[in-house]
Amino acid sequence: MEKRLLMGNEAIAWGAVEAGVAVAAAYPGTPSSEVLETLSHLAPEYGFHAEWSVNEKVALEVASGAAYTGARALAAMKQVGLNVAADPLMSLAYIGIKGGLVLVVADDPGPHSSQTEQDSRKFAAFAKLPVFDPSSPQEAKEMVKAAFVLSEEFHLPVILRPTTRTAHMAQDVAMETANLPARDYRFEKDPKWVIFPSLSYKKHILLNQAQKDLAEKFSHSPFNHLVLNPESSEGIVASGVSYNYVMEACETLGIHPSILKIGTPYPLPSQPVLDLFAHCARILVVEEQEPVVEDQLIQMAWKEEAKIEVSGKQDGRVPREGELNVDKVIAIIKAFLRQREPKDLAQPPHAWVQSTLGTMETTEAASAVEAAHEHSFELPPLPLRTPVLCAGCPHRASFYAFKEVGRRQDAVFTGDIGCYTLGTIPPLDMLDTCLCMGAGVTQAIGMSKVEPGRKHVAFIGDSTFFHSGIPGMINAVYNQADITIVILDNRTTAMTGHQPHPGLERTATGPNPKAIDIQGIVKACGVEFVREVDPYDLKAMKEAAREAMVYKGTAVVIAKRECVALVKPEVKYVVDPKACTGCELCLKKLGCPAMAKDKTLVVIQDNCSGCGICSQICPQKAIQGVSR
Amino acid sequence: MKLDIVIAGVGGQGSVLASRVIAQAAMAAGWEVRTTETIGMAQREGSVVSHVRIGSQLYGALVPDQQADILFGLELAETARALMKLKPGGVIIANQGKVVPASVSLGLSHYAEEPIRESLYQKTKRVMLVDADALAMEAGNSKTVNVVLLGVLSALAGLPFRRDDLLQVILESVPKKAVAMNQEAFERGRKIGVTFHDRK
Repeated sequence: MEKRLLMGNEAIAWGAVEAGVAVAAAYPGTPSSEVLETLSHLAPEYGFHAEWSVNEKVALEVASGAAYTGARALAAMKQVGLNVAADPLMSLAYIGIKGGLVLVVADDPGPHSSQTEQDSRKFAAFAKLPVFDPSSPQEAKEMVKAAFVLSEEFHLPVILRPTTRTAHMAQDVAMETANLPARDYRFEKDPKWVIFPSLSYKKHILLNQAQKDLAEKFSHSPFNHLVLNPESSEGIVASGVSYNYVMEACETLGIHPSILKIGTPYPLPSQPVLDLFAHCARILVVEEQEPVVEDQLIQMAWKEEAKIEVSGKQDGRVPREGELNVDKVIAIIKAFLRQREPKDLAQPPHAWVQSTLGTMETTEAASAVEAAHEHSFELPPLPLRTPVLCAGCPHRASFYAFKEVGRRQDAVFTGDIGCYTLGTIPPLDMLDTCLCMGAGVTQAIGMSKVEPGRKHVAFIGDSTFFHSGIPGMINAVYNQADITIVILDNRTTAMTGHQPHPGLERTATGPNPKAIDIQGIVKACGVEFVREVDPYDLKAMKEAAREAMVYKGTAVVIAKRECVALVKPEVKYVVDPKACTGCELCLKKLGCPAMAKDKTLVVIQDNCSGCGICSQICPQKAIQGVSR
Repeated sequence: MKLDIVIAGVGGQGSVLASRVIAQAAMAAGWEVRTTETIGMAQREGSVVSHVRIGSQLYGALVPDQQADILFGLELAETARALMKLKPGGVIIANQGKVVPASVSLGLSHYAEEPIRESLYQKTKRVMLVDADALAMEAGNSKTVNVVLLGVLSALAGLPFRRDDLLQVILESVPKKAVAMNQEAFERGRKIGVTFHDRK
């Protein structure tokens, strides 16, 4: 069988293609973006529709519409995207679907690039929908296919929830035959598709019944498996990616507890858990984020009157915050073993090695790991490397212009989600808030209503504007808010990997002949002050900022300039060492990663992308552009 | 057999490509592979650490602390930052070149080049520190630093993949017009790598 090196998200996409997906829709968000990225490349060849939707609610509704006809459909998003898509999801659980509907929600414990560490398995339980938790790309691909089958069997959407470490892990993955979608899907009219309260009540009964059936079904799923060690009275339960850490930790420690791997954390499969109860006196549950498996397991133990000690999040053994790894899991397992008998507590720290139970002894390898950790070595101080806006990023120019104009006015700068959130880092120190997609505009409205003497400026990116900025802007006009909205239009969805949006001439799979003009939308929404400026023209940008902030009412400035990562620079800037006085104004005001100090003078490095803002602010006119 | 490699660098230096290339060469030799990245929230300029694991019966992709057989560093300070991943007696293959972050220009932190370089030698005797920036420029483009270092890596004895496979995967994953340049970068790295090998 052919094997390919696939990232988890790529494997999920291939799983959908092997399952014959007909429609796939997503809004980008780390760590989920590569699912649709991959599908958009495969769509033309395999004859299905793939789209970047304007937001996650739209994506899930598009996918569910296709599933109503009997087609297989997939929607993908990150965990906070599911908050946006919560409305259709909750109702879809009641109404159900016909063709398989798989919702891929990538969680981000850490978090690496998210506002929250929310656990979408908990969301699944809240919506009463089954959820798969893959431990590897290979398993993720198999789970996608199983999820489509399960979805059609139960007429329910099924959630696949990878975490960052599965979504962004690459592995040798076995490929299977792709299946083309059929062509004869048809929506059959039926009152069952209309969610009246009386129907909801009936559907709710069925949904509740399905929970038991799903738990029973999952008892025989290949994604859950129990390896019993009859010699050991201790067991470890691991969900999703944590399974890898548990297996490696046990290998390192040289221990052999019974291990229950959980691939379907909700509803928890009953049979393997009961089998584990029958063999164990103590159980450790290892999972990232919330105690989803653990809480269900405790419930089951109580119901079964099983005399079992359960350790995990509820007793503080396993952290609820951050990502797990092998090192953390080794420490967790050691602490769990150390506490197995109260008398052991009184013994020296390593006494558990000689424990009377004898089945979970550590090896020399474990002692070696411990010794190595004890001799951890002292590093010299390292330079701080925080993420920064790229050299020449047009957002830097926009922020600088507004900072210069607004700083004497004690203006508030509300922010939003995107690369431009980095504008908060020194020396720009712009952006006083960042909450969630679209909130920059709407929070500025709220502030303006109680701080009437103050200027409120909301920054929002172009893709975020289409995602959820437009309702906020309409709200500002309708409720006569005195705010300035700055649309940072860098012609892409930069932070998540340059996906297109409705303002661009391309879709996920081809050209877009009807690119939507942002200025046209702003005007159509009743905004009377609109300026479109190139942020590289600092003078014009400052002028627009000044006018917008003086204007009474909702003003919009569109700072339009393509993301530097998408263009090849034609010029670079150089400092004339004879003219430079070493005042460092350029360095200290802009924080551009292309600028560095060489003894007393400023030098511009090769990563300069030629925005020229430094040359526009140099008091000595010592910086000039030269062609590359 | 089990080989863990940790790749440290700065966003934009091609550490992800290096990890994928090594993994594909190992796959060609019939091994299981895992790779993953810990990456900051930026397109460029942030710290990036890639993990590559090669062997049979692998689980997760994250290399535990003190377990990496090889630390592969594209930038000096980032190599030092990842030292806790290297096992005692492990090999460091690293670029002596620096990418000075904006925080240093702003006076918010300091790039202590000598102590950082020293720390590599304190950690292990097996250090292959090369001027990959210069070799990449000689090959025709400063962006081939990752390929120069892959060339150095290829000179190590006992790797679980063939040098030719590694080079072939590299050449297949770069644009057509950059093939000759990358081959040159790889060879320049390999030549330097062999000299380290001889010294040992």
